[in-house]
Amino acid sequence: MKTFETIQTELRAGTTTCERLTGEYLGTIEAGSGLNAFLSVFSEKAVAQARLVDRKLADGTAGKLAGMVVSIKDVICVKDERVTCGSKILEQFISPYNATVVDRLVAEDAIIVGKNNMDEFAMGSSTENSAYGRVKLVQDETRVPGGSSGGSAVAVRAGMATVSLGSDTGGSIRQPASFTGVVGLKPTYGRVSRFGLVAFASSFDSIGSLALTTRDCAQVLNVIAGHDERDSTSAKIPVPDFTSALDKNVIGLRVGIPKEYFGEGLDPDVRTAVEKSIDTLKKNGATVEEVSLPHTEYTIATYYILATAEASSNLARYDGARYGYRAKKARDLAGMYTASRSEGFGSEVKRRIMLGTYVLSAGYYDAYYRKGQKVRRLIQQDFLKAFDSVDCLITPTAPTTAFKAGEKVDDPLTMYLSDIYTTSANLAGIPGISVPFGKDHQGLPIGVQILGRQFDEATILKVADFLESAS
Amino acid sequence: MALWNERYEPVIGLEVHAQLLTESKAFCSCSTHFGADPNSNVCPVCLGMPGVLPVLNHQVVEFLIRVGLATHCSIAPRSIFARKNYFYPDLPKGYQISQYEEPICTNGFVTIETDDGKRKDIGLTRIHMEEDAGKSIHDQDADTLVDVNRCGVPLAEIVTEPDIRSPREAYLYLTKIRQLVRYLEICDGNMEEGSLRCDANVSVRRVGETVLGTKTEIKNLNSFRFVEKALEFEINRQIDLLESGGKVVQETLLWDAGQGVAVPMRSKEEAHDYRYFPDPDLVPVLVNADWIQQAAKALPEGPTGRRDRFVDEYMIPKYDADILTSEKSLADYFEAVVTSLRSKTVENFKLVSNWTMGDVLRVVNTDKVDVAKFPVKPEDLGEMINLIADGTISGKIAKDVFEEMLTSGQSPKAIVKRKGLVQVSDAGAIEQMIDDVLMKNKGQVESYLGGKVQVFGFLVGETMKATKGKANPKIVNELLKKKLESMKP
Repeated sequence: MKTFETIQTELRAGTTTCERLTGEYLGTIEAGSGLNAFLSVFSEKAVAQARLVDRKLADGTAGKLAGMVVSIKDVICVKDERVTCGSKILEQFISPYNATVVDRLVAEDAIIVGKNNMDEFAMGSSTENSAYGRVKLVQDETRVPGGSSGGSAVAVRAGMATVSLGSDTGGSIRQPASFTGVVGLKPTYGRVSRFGLVAFASSFDSIGSLALTTRDCAQVLNVIAGHDERDSTSAKIPVPDFTSALDKNVIGLRVGIPKEYFGEGLDPDVRTAVEKSIDTLKKNGATVEEVSLPHTEYTIATYYILATAEASSNLARYDGARYGYRAKKARDLAGMYTASRSEGFGSEVKRRIMLGTYVLSAGYYDAYYRKGQKVRRLIQQDFLKAFDSVDCLITPTAPTTAFKAGEKVDDPLTMYLSDIYTTSANLAGIPGISVPFGKDHQGLPIGVQILGRQFDEATILKVADFLESAS
Repeated sequence: MALWNERYEPVIGLEVHAQLLTESKAFCSCSTHFGADPNSNVCPVCLGMPGVLPVLNHQVVEFLIRVGLATHCSIAPRSIFARKNYFYPDLPKGYQISQYEEPICTNGFVTIETDDGKRKDIGLTRIHMEEDAGKSIHDQDADTLVDVNRCGVPLAEIVTEPDIRSPREAYLYLTKIRQLVRYLEICDGNMEEGSLRCDANVSVRRVGETVLGTKTEIKNLNSFRFVEKALEFEINRQIDLLESGGKVVQETLLWDAGQGVAVPMRSKEEAHDYRYFPDPDLVPVLVNADWIQQAAKALPEGPTGRRDRFVDEYMIPKYDADILTSEKSLADYFEAVVTSLRSKTVENFKLVSNWTMGDVLRVVNTDKVDVAKFPVKPEDLGEMINLIADGTISGKIAKDVFEEMLTSGQSPKAIVKRKGLVQVSDAGAIEQMIDDVLMKNKGQVESYLGGKVQVFGFLVGETMKATKGKANPKIVNELLKKKLESMKP
């Protein structure tokens, strides 16, 4: 398993080529196909791209990501390739265009190797909700890798890609990063263009990266961040060089510990690891103080009201009329809609569409959606207030380490609690990162989450990088 | 019908959808051109493909500011888009992007002139932006066909207060709105092609009652006449129902123009809960004072202002000014003709008015041509009127010249020269012809001198005929009269 830094060194030294590297990755994907991390693999295209990048390296015209082999969660569009979103309803759908992030990666000579398995339409915390079968945790195949970007996390952990792009709506990058023991970065909402990311909940969705190191995440963010004319919600804010923040220096850093994130339901091993990470920062010159995010208890409820409301509308387009799965036997229009959607969507997606439709319905809108919007603002204010006195917050990424497959599938509420520490960042639009820090008594990875101010990815990357080297 | 005025009062509100004449669609760069091959003006965005995002075309906002200012609305410094959710095959995203809780224009009014000449303000609740859906075509053999070219074409939805009190007023309001959007050059106002669409809400109540009755909504009104007819039908239906002890049920009706009846939509079709909520893909629309000021400056003169100016400036009758300003293109034409007049006199302005309202409009209406593309250029018509004014041609000859200009497109001078149509004003020459005519018509001269003065007209006609119509009729009149007087015993 190689980090991008290692690859760059080897390429410079001439001890490997992009073509050879790509071949190795493709071999690992093939050998690890039992993990079910990939839904499509672009063997020929990837090799052709690798040869092109090798020529550019020889010419000295190669881009910043030359030699990086990237896999993409199957919710992000790659031109002329399928984008299934882990759903039967889009099984045959081929995207006619590239997502902005894909354009930007390719422009810097990254090599796109394939698309990763995921929870259907990014709805799930275990990557068990895929129409194409569950993804298995590398370390223990009876366990889940987290979700919804479970395929991406496993791809990176198993050496099938240097980096993977995922999407994070309520923790879908950070939680699987934590379960699999990789770094997962969810940037600020609006930092990265969503154009070409198939929407789950538009005001929550962020594209981010999963990698072996914080530095690799920073390198990718350098390339994919920045305003995009095709996404009105992408911010017109300058993009710094995020790698320059990785100075292993936390002296004077003010770290906040939100007390609400250490309550009931937190696994003792996870608690111990997070406390240890805090101690490490303290010992190295950071100041630590307890802070309060008083509306934390409403996080999951608010998230599931607002995100499902948006999802119910975003997923309306999959109706069998123009593209995607259409049920055969329907006799009239309403029957065609009902049958296509009943057969095309999995049960978790249907549950959320129904929930979202309900909260937007006449007579319920004020009680649920409008109230949810108000609480969301309160949660945002909690963070703003906390960041008055601290530079970042340290929390567990998830309450537990990787759980057994099938353990929570019949209990959606327990499953939803798996995202209890991550959804708040999406509600507040702030950046968050999960970095591996220690293991539990079974040897399963634990992730520490660092949350930062809006558009201050630099600080959380700095802390993650520090903890990464200290763990 | 009579029942209306005596005992019942109709209460009507209209919702007009005006398709905006922007170059590209509201949220993508596809063309809005009408009449393109089905499904050719499309892209992943307006097709609602997975992963795409809308980006607002700012020309849409500009147009809304224009119509908002022209209708005395408040322009919101911040307005937001909402999603209107419903399933239909010609609606690719499963929702329309519209505005709901915070529209861009609110609280305006449009002034109509009722048939008795009184002015009445029809209040506007709001005007908001919306994207159009596609078109379902049901009448082709077995299947329903969908054309999504229209998907994403911007609309302004203009919603009135329940201020309209008769189908006639509804008609007048629609005429006014059509005239307004055409003046503002934001919509072509073509109801038959669907670029102006109207839904009507109507209820009736006892005269003197202040509480509103139960309303029904009528859809599918694709001409002004249909609106008037459908409202008449529905008002009578509601009154009959109430008179016979029944109750009006709140429902949506479809106007069937063929049968002349409004039929209830199936309840399944109307049971829409649109589940409006703010569209998270779009940022709020911010309009600052500068923008509004610029738009106000660029606002073209409205029809009423222009009519009043025509009466003041050209001293033409209000009747003329009304007709001339009914369409911006016609008013533009009139003023272009006036510009090319050599002598700017009230008489000549009236001449221009007569020719524009008479001959120009006649051709426009019978041949269905666009005034802006009228075959006789305004400067040519102006030149022709100059020729009348300076006596080169007579008004009668001018009719022939105009016809010739229509078909050949030549300048009036060239036509007059080619056909030798210059008016004869030489008294000597005319006198000679008069002498000839009097010689040939001795009998008529006798009877004139005997007191049958009506014969005078005949003799004028004969003289004109002898000059092939080229003699200056005024001079002919004078000379003939003088001659005959001198022959009196």
